Amino acid sequence: MAAETPVRTLIAPAEMNRRTGRFLHRFVLTATLTGFTVAFVLPLYWMASGAVKSSSELADPNPTLFPESWHPESYTEAWTNVGLGHFFLNTLVLALGAWLTQLLVDVSAAYALSKLRPVLGNVVLGMMLATLMLPVSALLVPTYLAVVDVPLLHVNLINTPFAIWLPAAANAFNIFILKRFFDQIPAELLDSARIDGAGTLRVLVSVVLPLSRPVLAVVSIFAVVGVWKDFLWPMLVLPDEAKQPITVALNRLSEFMPANQLLAGMVMASIPLLVLFLIFQRHIIAGLTAGSLKG
Amino acid sequence: MSLQPLSAEAEKATDEDGPPSGPVPRTGARAGASRLRRAVRENLVAHLFLAAGVLCFALFSWYPIVRGVLLGFQQVTFAEPARWVGLDNFRRLFDDPLFPTAWQNTGYFTLLALVFGFAAPFATAVVLNELRRGRAYLRMTVYLPVMLPPVVTMLLWRQFYDPGPGLFNNVLETFRLPAQQWLESENLAMVSLVLVSTWANMGTTTLIYLAALGGIPGELYEAAELDGASIRQRLWHVTIPQMRFILMITLLLQVIGTMQVFVEPFVLTGGGPDDATVTVLLLLYRYAFVYNDFGLASAMSTLLFVVLGLFSVVYLRLTRSKG
Repeated sequence: MAAETPVRTLIAPAEMNRRTGRFLHRFVLTATLTGFTVAFVLPLYWMASGAVKSSSELADPNPTLFPESWHPESYTEAWTNVGLGHFFLNTLVLALGAWLTQLLVDVSAAYALSKLRPVLGNVVLGMMLATLMLPVSALLVPTYLAVVDVPLLHVNLINTPFAIWLPAAANAFNIFILKRFFDQIPAELLDSARIDGAGTLRVLVSVVLPLSRPVLAVVSIFAVVGVWKDFLWPMLVLPDEAKQPITVALNRLSEFMPANQLLAGMVMASIPLLVLFLIFQRHIIAGLTAGSLKG
Repeated sequence: MSLQPLSAEAEKATDEDGPPSGPVPRTGARAGASRLRRAVRENLVAHLFLAAGVLCFALFSWYPIVRGVLLGFQQVTFAEPARWVGLDNFRRLFDDPLFPTAWQNTGYFTLLALVFGFAAPFATAVVLNELRRGRAYLRMTVYLPVMLPPVVTMLLWRQFYDPGPGLFNNVLETFRLPAQQWLESENLAMVSLVLVSTWANMGTTTLIYLAALGGIPGELYEAAELDGASIRQRLWHVTIPQMRFILMITLLLQVIGTMQVFVEPFVLTGGGPDDATVTVLLLLYRYAFVYNDFGLASAMSTLLFVVLGLFSVVYLRLTRSKG
């Protein structure tokens, strides 16, 4: 951030510019910088560097900051021999599918509720938002049973990716923030597109969606991150070990894997999310505060 | 794709009905009929767009909510249809000696998580808000753990907690402090879980607080300063009252979130040692997916829902009154 903040905060600029103030500021700054680095960055470094240490070095009671000997092969071993690459790709499929399903289902629902305004639309919206008030875990068992035997259709979704994708699409938070964003798009814009001969779907695709890039980014990121991080639900609905995502596989295999390969697997499971965060930091933080302050 | 012609027709109808300067004047009755037809058609299109969402909610949210409550009063096996058993499940719940243990443990976890998880992000946010440099870096680092999959966090900390070559005991040893049985001691196990949990989650709360701190008008601090208020007094009389609403909200969300703790005990302790970390959700998981007793598990869900529902009602009241 910029060196000088124009906004007045708890401590007055004058107090900050006094000699003791400057000294204290520098002291606190150094302390937080080192403290945060040790607390939040070092564990990640420890994970990534531990993966390239030899097993004997890892088991040594005196930990080393830098690997004494370099063993990057634990990454390839974890990827191929243990088959973590396979589980990684499973996660990728689950996350991308959930992302697409959520966008498709939630964007069209929000568009209908915001711009097409069907009869009873507000009742539906209210019923959707009401689900936000329910703790997820209270629904664990009945949702599981609904996946085992989908009501009316009587199909069993266990061990299929639909067991992840479809329940994820029933996301009231997505619909809520999408609808709120669509509400801000002026009706005149949609009307003029309609006068030009655009149909309902065409208006959505060529007017609403291009204007909604920021909110689509937020929804997309949260969709991918949510599925990527999930553990309990995929463990329940994907009992077939070959179909499990990397989080479930890592926990299952953690007892049997050599420590350096386990660490390598943990790095693999984390890297996509960390990269996503570094690229879309602003969107993620914006979505976070939007969701909680006004939720 | 099939929506296009439908809406195109709706378009024509709009044009025909348009401004009174239209070339063909219509009789009142015919205009009314076509308006009705147009309204029906537009509603049909709107409902088509809404259909997938409603279907997903109906199958995987609304129906399970109703079923979940009913299940608590039923005996469920996959072999035969569900059978009504009245309050039997609840009676069996209360007879389980682990039931009170699980609630106590969960309450203890929530309490500890509030002590750590409430103070740490607030203090962090207040300090970060005063710093003139490095804020972007600090904001990023505190949020890094939030981006890790919880399982990875737990597996990582399991290695840190390791009583043998674990990092934590190494650090303690460096300072000539006694090594600890982090996850193996009945007294320390829950504290260890709360430590991981706080580390993993404090980024979110910190960023929410930072956003709220940025919204406090500077004039309030200036006025307080003119009145001779010290920094501590300004914190107490300006910052905290201005943050009261957001503090209440995060407090409630945190209670609701931590009451549902699962991954921490599941991966790190499995409920041990000696059931010291069996939480409500861990017990619920065992009922449903180890013993396949879905009725018993649903009775537990219902109780959890009632308890958390109370907090939700307070939360709703608060957000409503704020507009």
